[in-house]
Amino acid sequence: MRLSHLACAIALGLASHTALAATAYVSNEKDDSISVIDLDTLEVTATLEVGMRPRGLLLSSDNKLLYICASDSDRVQMMDLATRRIIKELPSGADPEQFALHPNDRWLYISNEDDALVTVVDTQSDEVLAQIDVGVEPEGMAVSPDGKWAVNTSETTNMLHWIDTTTQQLVDNTLVDQRPRHVEFDLDGKRLWASAEIGGTVSIIDVASRQIEKVLTFQIKGVHPDKVQPVGVKLSDDGRYAFVALGPANHVAVVDAKTYEVLDYLLVGRRVWHMAFTPDQKQLLTTNGVSGDVSVIDVDRLKVSKSIKVGRYPWGVVVTP
Amino acid sequence: MNAYWYCLHGIVLREWLRFVMQRSRFLSALVRPLLWLLVFAAGFRAALGIAIIAPYDTYITYETYIVPGLACMILLFNGMQGSLSMVYDREMGSMRVLLTSPLPRTFLLAAKLLATALISLLQVYAFLAIAWVYGVQPPAWGLLAALPALLLVALLLSALGLLLSNGIRQLENFAGVMNFVIFPLFFLSSALYPLWKMREASEWLYWLCALNPFSHAVELVRYALYLRLNPSALLVCLGFTLLFALLAVLTFNPQHAALRKAG
Repeated sequence: MRLSHLACAIALGLASHTALAATAYVSNEKDDSISVIDLDTLEVTATLEVGMRPRGLLLSSDNKLLYICASDSDRVQMMDLATRRIIKELPSGADPEQFALHPNDRWLYISNEDDALVTVVDTQSDEVLAQIDVGVEPEGMAVSPDGKWAVNTSETTNMLHWIDTTTQQLVDNTLVDQRPRHVEFDLDGKRLWASAEIGGTVSIIDVASRQIEKVLTFQIKGVHPDKVQPVGVKLSDDGRYAFVALGPANHVAVVDAKTYEVLDYLLVGRRVWHMAFTPDQKQLLTTNGVSGDVSVIDVDRLKVSKSIKVGRYPWGVVVTP
Repeated sequence: MNAYWYCLHGIVLREWLRFVMQRSRFLSALVRPLLWLLVFAAGFRAALGIAIIAPYDTYITYETYIVPGLACMILLFNGMQGSLSMVYDREMGSMRVLLTSPLPRTFLLAAKLLATALISLLQVYAFLAIAWVYGVQPPAWGLLAALPALLLVALLLSALGLLLSNGIRQLENFAGVMNFVIFPLFFLSSALYPLWKMREASEWLYWLCALNPFSHAVELVRYALYLRLNPSALLVCLGFTLLFALLAVLTFNPQHAALRKAG
């Protein structure tokens, strides 16, 4: 009797443990794999083999599916997170790097770096809905929270391309600083944050007018300005902070999302690319390409608490509850 | 028992009064590591942060790296200053007054060591507080966990100072201590650079640093500040403290100066 009680307690304990622990998935560009990190223990618990040169990662809205840009396989792969198996490969166009999922959970907007295209794929029917010509070397991709806009950045043309999702047509361009890498809408979709890698800036754009409202610059004590190359941007849901990954400057900038003042620079691993919040937004994970690890930032304290070794050249990261 | 307590109290009080009276000594003990932290480390800020080394969980700035080493630097200088004051006491005769006490000589020397160590700890914590404000913030509990480590290191270096003072015949010879003890101990240690960095430069330099007890003292404090225990560093520090203390007691001869003067 007692034994069965104990077994029940252990089973419940295990169940609650798995329910509480968030899991991070990190794409390792040079290892063709995904590292799985248990965010309770902050340890890598599994490494999953995927397509060649995995970069951008995305989750379906129910967090059951993981989309992977396998750049050198010219595919977007769909992984079932329950079984951790690839269940589908989507026709993505050549060299997919970043992508964004429409709030309808079906349309996937994929930037094709080599073809100067944005490909729109229906994830359920696997059909290519549209291919939209954009600038040279398209990279960053975001869909507004209301689903009205898909925005693509082209690294060589230095523009943001505004795609109307109802017509799948390019309707406007916004010129930003050199080599825009990443775009991120704020929670209410009123502003768009766009990083420029060579320009060393982040532009904040008013979505209604599609005009630049503010340009942020960064200066880190003891780091040469040429090394300040903003890539990933993440905004906290409470509207307090914006975090900007500064590439080979090995720091993440903390920006007050209301006053646009840079509050601090946090030292992380080498060549920091992209970031993801944990579901409670108490931690922010960064992928550090050259040092091959993921740094964990304590968002309340604005301190880096740990760096976890993953595969070679980690690039994208997502977190499931 | 009361006599022991009375004696210890007296010796600690004397060191405390001496410390309070000599404000410049306190300031110079603080200015030295602060110069390293605010000027030297600032220049080398970007030089580190390229590898994660235990006990740190993530990348650190150079300032963060050298704080434990600088805390030990305070203890090193104070330990050596302790040796200076022993020579001074001997020359001035106050040592003989102390030795008129009926208590065992070993106890008197141990009390002297403890008094120097306690005063040193005050200076270390003043330094750590400034470093905290400057942005080098180990876990708050780490500051408490470091207390026994710092005390042991303070005793180790005071014991070394006492041992050296037995060998120094005159006050003027103290410059030699600076050149041949403080500098090699400090620079050939992990205080300013991690040992793997030293190994990149030269293998024999690495071994000199690895065998230096001061390296182990720094690592013991570094680990404790980040709530970890470094058992090998602890054993080395305990071993050398006992060895130096034993040798200091055995070689202690208060008649040195007096005899020389008489002769």
